[in-house]
Amino acid sequence: MAANSDIVTIRNVTKSYRRGNQIVPVLEDISFSIQSGEFLALMGPSGSGKSTLLNLVAGIDKVDSGSIIIGGCEITTLSETELARWRAVNVGFVFQFYNLIPVLTAYENVELPLLLTRLSRRERREHVEAALEIVNLADRMDHRPSQLSGGQQQRVAIARAIVTDPAILVADEPTGDLDRVSAGEILSLMDNLVQNFQKTIIMVTHDPRAAEKAHIIRHLEKGLLADG
Amino acid sequence: MTTVLTASGMALVVMVFAATLMLTDGLKKTLVETGSPDNVVVIRKGAQTEVQSGVERLQANLVESLPGITIGSEGSRLLSKELVVLINLPKRGSNKPSNVVIRGVSSISLALRPQVRLVEGRMPQPGSSEIMTGSGIARRFQGTGIGEHLRFGMRDWTVVGIFEGGTTGFNSEIWGDVDQLMQAFRRPVYSSMLFRLADSNNFEKLKEQIESDPRLTLEAKREPRYYLDQSEAMSKFLNILGMTLTIIFSLGAIIGAMITMYASVANRVAEIGTLRALGFQRSSILAAFLSEALILGLIGGLAGLFCASFLQLLTISTMNWQSFSELSFSFSLTITTALESIAFSMVMGLAGGLIPALRAGRISIVDALRES
Amino acid sequence: MFMLKYILRNAFRHKLRALLTVTGVAIAILAFGLLRTLVGLWYLGVESSSSTRLVSRNAISLVFSLPISYKERIRQIPGVTRTGAMNWFGGIYISEKNFFPNFAIEPQAFLDLYPEFLLSPEEQKGFLLDRQGAVVGQKLAATYGWKLGDRVILKGTIFPGQWEFVIRGIYRGAQRSTDETQFFFNWDYLNETLRRTIPRRADQAGIYIVGVSNPEKAAEVAQAIDSSFKNSLAETMTETEKAFQLSFVAMTQAIMIAIKIVSYVVIVIIMVVAANTMAMTARERISEYATLKTLGFQWHHIAAAIFGESLFIATLGGVVGILGTFPAALFIEKELSQFFPTFQVTTTTTVLQLSAAILVGATASIFPTWRAATIRIAVGLRRIG
Repeated sequence: MAANSDIVTIRNVTKSYRRGNQIVPVLEDISFSIQSGEFLALMGPSGSGKSTLLNLVAGIDKVDSGSIIIGGCEITTLSETELARWRAVNVGFVFQFYNLIPVLTAYENVELPLLLTRLSRRERREHVEAALEIVNLADRMDHRPSQLSGGQQQRVAIARAIVTDPAILVADEPTGDLDRVSAGEILSLMDNLVQNFQKTIIMVTHDPRAAEKAHIIRHLEKGLLADG
Repeated sequence: MTTVLTASGMALVVMVFAATLMLTDGLKKTLVETGSPDNVVVIRKGAQTEVQSGVERLQANLVESLPGITIGSEGSRLLSKELVVLINLPKRGSNKPSNVVIRGVSSISLALRPQVRLVEGRMPQPGSSEIMTGSGIARRFQGTGIGEHLRFGMRDWTVVGIFEGGTTGFNSEIWGDVDQLMQAFRRPVYSSMLFRLADSNNFEKLKEQIESDPRLTLEAKREPRYYLDQSEAMSKFLNILGMTLTIIFSLGAIIGAMITMYASVANRVAEIGTLRALGFQRSSILAAFLSEALILGLIGGLAGLFCASFLQLLTISTMNWQSFSELSFSFSLTITTALESIAFSMVMGLAGGLIPALRAGRISIVDALRES
Repeated sequence: MFMLKYILRNAFRHKLRALLTVTGVAIAILAFGLLRTLVGLWYLGVESSSSTRLVSRNAISLVFSLPISYKERIRQIPGVTRTGAMNWFGGIYISEKNFFPNFAIEPQAFLDLYPEFLLSPEEQKGFLLDRQGAVVGQKLAATYGWKLGDRVILKGTIFPGQWEFVIRGIYRGAQRSTDETQFFFNWDYLNETLRRTIPRRADQAGIYIVGVSNPEKAAEVAQAIDSSFKNSLAETMTETEKAFQLSFVAMTQAIMIAIKIVSYVVIVIIMVVAANTMAMTARERISEYATLKTLGFQWHHIAAAIFGESLFIATLGGVVGILGTFPAALFIEKELSQFFPTFQVTTTTTVLQLSAAILVGATASIFPTWRAATIRIAVGLRRIG
């Protein structure tokens, strides 16, 4: 119904987990689409399966049945190796606890995804510096994560997520560990990425303020979409 | 999983520690049992072993006439003049030659050595080319079983009996008639004498008499002392080697324990913070981690001791490089060794866990809670 | 290269743990090297054997001697260049603690048959002319501060009495492995004294050292010697010097095997410790590895990182251990010289030490590598916090 095309199509996806000898269903026959340039917030109570859904979309977990098509590529049919290569270029992931490598500087952390490409050192430098500019952290590029505040670390993480210019960004509770001010900064940044850089963002969150910044909110309950 | 690894490391070290102690004990047992304190060995002065020694017939007779020697039931003195030489015999299976002690004995020799018992066949007839072999030899050397033959001194000798000497050195000897052997080897002198003291307290006096007589260039020792001296160098060497190894090994194990304990502390920082916030003292935290380290040591020690106990099934034969003869001994596990090993292991655990435990005690509540 | 940088920085992430592990490996490698050197020592006599020398002894055992009359007959066997009588003297210098091998040997035969003992022409002449002359190795001379012309007294054990000698020569070994702790004196001195004091023990050689012109024919010559004395009063058993030395080694084989086993156990122990460390380290970084996988890195990248770190730490420890082996060996040579007059570390030992260190690093990383490389991303990420 929108003018943009669908970038993410989720069709009849089911996923369950084993806990001991029990099989716990998490997502049951879920289907929906996300349009290009959307800023989507996925909300729901604990155990609703929102993080699981996020992981499936990001290609770091496999569905039990169903299909997921992202940017025209059916990722559910890719092998592990192909999936890894696909992820490096097509998805950016932002974690709640930043997940930066502590022994690497901010610059080196951002550079990580580029090491999997064939770019030369100079080309990588251009991309890294550009990414750091966008998140406004160019002056701290030689600092290690331990020398940065929570908000700054998350910005480095976002820079890392966008450095290969992926179409979609996936964020799991990106403001969960931040104070109000830093959280606000991060959300503005993400908004900026959607408005000015044509990124699609799928965000899982508990935080109602974060949800406000998003364009669309969807609720998940017991593995099923509830509309809202 | 890491606890298992650390405990295994310690177990291995305890095994080496225990093995060393067991070896020394086993060696001592062999040597000390090889000898009764009431028996006196007489060899040439300066000779350290019977093999190096020579006692002239005249000298032997002089010693025999000394008072203080037990008179046996048949009226003759309990004194035996013996010849000790080595012969080179091939082992069964590998054909590798090794030196074996041949002892020329008299009928009194067995009486003087209560630890030695005939278990198969019979004693050699005096005046014949018959011999008997210790069970340690019969098993391992060619031609030394009952009915088999050995050839030396241009004669054939038949094995008519097998004797048991337990863990004593006699178990690795071949015995034959002293006069026959002296003839065959063309040795006109004895190697040593062995006699039983009538009164054990008389030893010093008798020793003085023998050693100060200018006609006799001999020295006298109590039998256990003689055998102990014979293997002194070897025991010392094994001891030093064993202890050095244990020290090195324990350093390794302590380092392993330290690494584990440090990680253990680091992983439970939040737990520590909570406990302290609830009111537990620093000392209790310290005590808790120390106990953990001690228990780790205890488990490792028990495991190591368990494995070491299987060593008792092993018998080691090697050459005593002082006497050039075969020395056979096994590992002996005593209560003392067991206790010492456990204590050692716990000390290792303590040494490894002390500093990390101190650290655990010193963490401030605020830091601990913040880190979670 | 990124991987190298990552590995290096990771290795020292936990300075204390890295230090402990490196120290542990260093100690183990050091012990391993010392033990191997000890085993090597046992074979020293074998190593320095000459292929042109045979040893002829009484077939019954070393305890029995051979008549001096055999010398001429042995010399006439085809293939024999020269022969000389030699007796193990077993004398004590001051106290039993000062152990060193001492032998009586016919001087001219000694000089001809042992070219690896280097002496000046004056020293050689001195030894030949002085009945009471003795030639000693330079290590031995250095230990007791003996100089040319010094009088040395040995207390006899096999041949009783106090025996006085004059140092007429101090030899250097031609090769590094040549034993410079031996003491040789004039056989005639021993024999003449015995003729006076215990005549029945005189004119007996403990063994004969026999020189052969062609090492290829050594076995034949040995056979020839033994056949010529077969069925006589003293049958001989002749073998190459190497075989003779080996027979001594074989008799204490059990101890050697035990020491070899122990040296391997040392490595196993440190492998356990190192594996422990790596397992802990890898476990703590599971979420980090999961993150890398999220970014698109694959299992072989993770494996390389862990493997590389383990290898680096172990090799570092190995190098430290190797460096420490040399001063330790020197210390042993000096302080424990009664047991170990020479304690040289060979190149082979060093190579083995390095290999052991690398092996430790490699095996310690097996399990953690497998675990980290195969863990599912979603599971690994959950280990945050």
